[in-house]
Order: sequence, then structure tokens, then C-alpha cells
Amino acid sequence: MEVIYVQADRCLGCKTCEIECRIAHTDTDTENTLFAAVSQLRPPKRRLFVEQGEKGKTPVICRHCEEAPCIVECISGSIYRDEQGFVRRKKERCIGCWSCIMACPFGVVVRDAEAHIAVKCDHCPDLDTPACVTGCPTKALQLVDVDSLPQERRKELLLKKEV
Amino acid sequence: MTQSTDRAVTEVLNNHKGGSQIQTVWDRYEAQQPQCGFGELGLCCRHCMQGPCRIDPFGEGPDRGICGATADTIVARGLARAIAGGTASHSGHALHLVHTLKKALTGQAPDYAIKDKDKLKAVAARCGIEIKDRSSKKIALELVELALAEFGDKGEPLTWAASTVTAGRIEACDKLGIVPTSIDGSIAEVMHRTTYGVDADPINILLGGLKCAVADYTACHLATDLSDIIFGTPQPVISKANLGVLREEAVNIALHGHNPLLSDIIAQVASDPALITEAKKAGASEGLNVVGICCTGNEILMRHGIPLATSSISQEVAIMTGVLDAMVVDYQCIMPAVATIAECFHTKVITTMPIAKMPGAEHIPFDEENAVKCATAIIRQGIERFRSRNPDKICIPHESSTAIAGFSAEAIIGALSKVDADDPLKPLIDNIVAGNIRGICLFAGCNTVKVPQDYNYVEMVKRLLAENVLIMATGCASSAYARHGFMTSEATTKYAGEGLAAVLTAIGEAAGLEAPLPPVLHIGSCVDNPRAVDIATAIANKLGVDISKLPVVASAPEATTEKAVAIGTWAVVGGLPTHLGVIPPVLGSKLVAETLTSTVKDLVGGYFVIEPDPNKAVKALLAIIDERRAGLGLS
Repeated sequence: MEVIYVQADRCLGCKTCEIECRIAHTDTDTENTLFAAVSQLRPPKRRLFVEQGEKGKTPVICRHCEEAPCIVECISGSIYRDEQGFVRRKKERCIGCWSCIMACPFGVVVRDAEAHIAVKCDHCPDLDTPACVTGCPTKALQLVDVDSLPQERRKELLLKKEV
Repeated sequence: MTQSTDRAVTEVLNNHKGGSQIQTVWDRYEAQQPQCGFGELGLCCRHCMQGPCRIDPFGEGPDRGICGATADTIVARGLARAIAGGTASHSGHALHLVHTLKKALTGQAPDYAIKDKDKLKAVAARCGIEIKDRSSKKIALELVELALAEFGDKGEPLTWAASTVTAGRIEACDKLGIVPTSIDGSIAEVMHRTTYGVDADPINILLGGLKCAVADYTACHLATDLSDIIFGTPQPVISKANLGVLREEAVNIALHGHNPLLSDIIAQVASDPALITEAKKAGASEGLNVVGICCTGNEILMRHGIPLATSSISQEVAIMTGVLDAMVVDYQCIMPAVATIAECFHTKVITTMPIAKMPGAEHIPFDEENAVKCATAIIRQGIERFRSRNPDKICIPHESSTAIAGFSAEAIIGALSKVDADDPLKPLIDNIVAGNIRGICLFAGCNTVKVPQDYNYVEMVKRLLAENVLIMATGCASSAYARHGFMTSEATTKYAGEGLAAVLTAIGEAAGLEAPLPPVLHIGSCVDNPRAVDIATAIANKLGVDISKLPVVASAPEATTEKAVAIGTWAVVGGLPTHLGVIPPVLGSKLVAETLTSTVKDLVGGYFVIEPDPNKAVKALLAIIDERRAGLGLS
């Protein structure tokens, strides 16, 4: 399964990922562009958040948990897992009870106060690569196969020991 | 993070009655976190519409912009433009004074005059103008023309630079080809060479920046000289500093910004008995209370003893006391946020300059032709506003410190001449040689939201004073030391090392103060930094060495503005090792960072020391002072 891998020490806090996320989630008939996004009557919400931590800057993103607390707590069946395994939200079924927001340990489900619905990362189902990953200029966000990551790590570890 | 180490500012931030919706500079800083790392490193270029371009500092993404500019080129261009921005500010400030003096001399601005004829003659003589048997007006008219020529295409080295520095400095600049022949031309040249497709050589761009910085020095010196001529050269004066100078029973009017052209006239008009009566009639039993903020506050503190309320970073806090009836501003360092904060109180924010307006403020144009009339109208606005003051929103802190200010170069020489009338510099030089004065440090620059207000200033000065380093301060640095009680005779007893305390006591007693001079000398506003160069030049010439050999250093531990970048750069060109406590946006280029902190030392003698930790910065500066002492053969 492909997941978004965050290398926090690469993050410069430029927030391009947040902007690309908003552009990708712009509700427009024409092409999704920055200018289309900013001229929306209700500008699109971001689904990931660049935060300042003690040690530095880091994007905080949805982990699409296997045991997703937001799915467990969603009483209307709005939050579900799609065929690819990503945790998504059916707009029309959301009743705005905010149980998902309270359940998410990462704080990445938020409220769209104007649309009265919960908003979260959908891993950009219409794109080959999520917009935030494509947009990141320093590769702090990368798409990796979660099953091959441990092997890569082991190799890195061995390399370090050899040095 | 702690917002401020100033107790008055902290008290108002914690206890103000403006409501929880109030956002100050510190809240807005937090809201900006995290800030973009490309900008922090200077790796973002927006100079053409093909951009913006960003260079990946980790080496995986693009290593050059669309035009091919590398990180080195982009960082150098950004820095040069910051210097040009600072120089433009000082150019505007200086030119405003020249125009006003010209209007005064031709009868168009009757409220201004030549107040200090001695200074006029001294400046004119220095500039090569014949002064013998000529009227002040004739001398001044010629000086004005000479000054105006500095801004245009003079075609030869600028008088206000060439006539005020050591021969060694001129030689060093000449060798590097960084002798400016026009103040405004230097700014334009930086803008030209940094625009799309012109200068791509980072070192060449930096040299252009240094040249522009020399032009900035020229503008600053010119501004200081003209301010002294029009309003008088500052002499020691005792006043108060901090928010405790605001009074519940008076109409409080704060003057904020930089140019004395506005503030000095308002300061004069505020003593008009008719206006004081009007204030009393409005219910203010103590009449009018004019206070200063930022550098125009320093100008009127030095010349009129008008108390200093606070510095630039805490300008909003002055309004949050609930007793500020009007904030009158001219230009530079005025946050647009003051108009927003004022909405939560009764304070009227009044803009006065055609180039500096602000949504939410009232604009009362200040024209030099009718200066007193304009000043009177502005004060009346404050009096009117006093009537709307809400007593439930008052929060005046008690804190205020005594501050002795007004140490112009002339005033310092004057005090020294009381020790040795024939050779005023001798006592200073003898004590530097003997080690009673280990060195001199000029503290300059701003406050920044990135450092708890005044923290670096206070931490550093305590240690430097204990190590017998004499301190001069300008701008918001002098405001910090005034507010924290470092500009008193008691501070000498409390903080100065044995040798320094003995010297300051001897000079103070000889000057008839019956007490030591303060250990931190308030030499002026930020535009007045050349006063420190004048003193350094005098010492250097007397010793027969260049400034770059003297145990004199500079520090801007809480710098913010482009003006500070320009001043810091000319301090380096002037031969001073210059500490910066805030990391400037240059670390995206190793070449530029190394040039500024190391390579430039071989070229001009001065260089930047970038160190956010105040204790480490003190150690570095002391080591430099000792190195330079050793170079002069002093122990």
C-alpha cells in the first residue's frame, strides 16, 4: 500500500502542500488552478497542516489508519474506507456531529463551518500522486510503499554501520 | 515565548482592558508560524514574472531559477535590494530636511530657522564652504545646494561621506570601486543591477550593495547634520522613559516615526499656554502631555527632554493603556496594526505624510509651509479625543526610568573638554590605552518579535559594561537602555567595571554633574548612527590609525528593518566588526554568508558576526576587541 511519507527535517514550512491541497479540492467546472481556488466564493479547505513544533516545521497529515477512529465514531456512515484502502468521507451523508474530529488523534479532520460538514484528506483519488506530494519542493512529502519501507530502512541502517 | 522583558509592556499586555479580541504583533507572529524556509534562507526570487523561483537547499530539487540564477545570485540580489530599501528610507528622510531648510531660507517655511549657527558653520567648513565674513543665510543656502547635489548625479565622491571618514576608509572604498557619486543613483543602480537579466555575479552584486550602503551612510550623516542645524545639536538632558510617563489627568499625544520636522514643531507648540488651557477646559487637569515613540521620540527626547513612552515593537501597547488620545505618525516603522488596535479604544491615529497613509487612520497633511498651524490642528484633535476617553479601559503601568540622553558627538567632546580643554580627546584615548576603557561598542537597531523585547540588549550590555566596554546607543537600542535604567549615573555604579566606572566618574565630576556619566550614552535616533562614526573617526585620526584597527565594535542584537541592514552594512564598510543577533536571510548561500562574515574582513576590516545567543555574542565581541587592542600593541 502506498502512503505519504513525511521527512520532517526536509520541511521548510513554505506551505506549498497546503496550497496544492486546496487547489486540488477546488470545486470548479474549469481546470483547478491557484487562481480558480482563490476566486471561489467559498475557498476550498486544506486537508493537511504545516505546524511549528519544538524541533522544527512539519506537515501533519492523515495516516489513513487501519483501525481508523474517525470511521469507528462516525454514526451516519459518512466516513468509510475506499477500494484502495484510503479513509474518505461521503459529503452527502455527513450530519455535522463532529464525532470524527473528536476521535482523530492527529487532529487532521476539521470542520467546514460554511458547508456544515467534516473535511479530511482523501488521498486525491483522481490523481496519480496526491497534490501535496507533487507540490512539495524539497521532497519532505514522498509517496512510498509501506511494505518496502522497512527493507529500505534496514539497508540504510546497514550502510550507516559500515561507515 | 516571552513577549517582552519590559515590565511596563508586559503589565499592559497582561492587564489591558481592550478585550480578548485584541491581537498584537506577538499574536500575529504566532499566527505566521511556521514561516517559509525559502524566505528565511533568502532562496526565493520574485524579480520577474516567470517566477517565483525557489532553490532547494537540500540539493534534490532545482539548483537554479528559471533564468539560471543560482542560490548565490538570488541571495545576493535579495540582500542588495534590502540595502537599497533602507537607503531609500534615509534618502527620503534626509531630502525632506534639505527641502525644508531651503524653504525656511527662502521664506516659504517661516516656522523653521537655523537654530544652531555653530553647527552650520562647522558642517559648512567641513564641506569646503567659505564661512569667513558670510551671513548664516548665505552659508546655509550654499550648503543646501551642496546637499541637494548629493542626491542627484554628482559625478564625484559624495561630500558627506568623503569629508567625515578617515583617509584609510576612502582608500579602502576606492580600491573596491564602491565610492558612490549619488545617493539616489546608488539606490537606482542596485535596483537596476538586480532586475531581470543584469548582474548575476554574487560578489559583484554584493559590492553594489556595499556601495549603496555608503550612500546610506551619506544620507544618514546629512540628515543628522541638518536636524542639528534646524533644531539644535543635542546636549545632555534628563528625562523619563517607559509607559509610566503617560498620565491619566493629561491629554496624552504620542509622536511616532522618525523625522524631527514634524515632531519638533509639535513639541514646541505643545507648550503654547492657549492649547494647555484648551486641554484643561476639556477636563485634563494636567494639560498636555506629549510623549515619544520610536526614533522621532529619540529626536524630541534629545532636544526637548520629552519623555519616551516606548519603542517601535511595542507601539500598539501604548494605545492599549487606554489613555493615549492621539498617536501622530510620520514615516518608517509604523505598523498598520495601530489603526486596528485603536478601534478598540478611543485613540485617534493621525497620519501626516503624503507617502504614508493607513486605512482606519485620519490623514491630516503636514506641510512645512504652515508647520505650526498644522501642529496646532493635530494637537486639537488629541484634545478633542480626550473627551471620548473611557475610564473603564485605563491601564497605565507605573514603570518609568530616569534617562540622561542627548550625547551628540559635540556633547561628548564638550564633556571631555572639561577634563582637558586643550586636547578633549586625550582623556578618552589615554583611558583606552591604559585599559580602563577596554573598547567601545555601538548598540544600534530595532526590537524584533523574534527575541523577547530588549532581552539581547540587556543581557549583552550588562556583561560588556562589567568588562569595561563603553557603550553608545542609537534608535530603539537607546530606547531599550533608557527604559531599563541604563542611562543613569546609578547604572555606572551598578554595572560598570572598575576602570570604566572611574573614567565615567571623573568625566561626570569634571563636567559638573557631581555624579558619573551614564555607562550607556544615548547618541541619537537610528538615523544618527554616523555620530558614532564621527567619534571613531576623531579617535582614529588622533591616533593616526584607521577605524578598522580600533577596539570599536557594533551590535544590532534585535534587528528588524531594511534600514538596519543598510546601517549594519556601512558599519562593516566603516571597518567595524558588526554583530547581528537575528539571522538575516542569507544562509541559503554559503558564498554570500562567508563573504559577509569572513572574506569582507580582508577587504574593509569590518565584517558581520552572526550570533543569536547574547552570551556567545559578548564573548565574540570581547575577543575581537582584545584582538584589535593587541594589534595596536595595547594589553
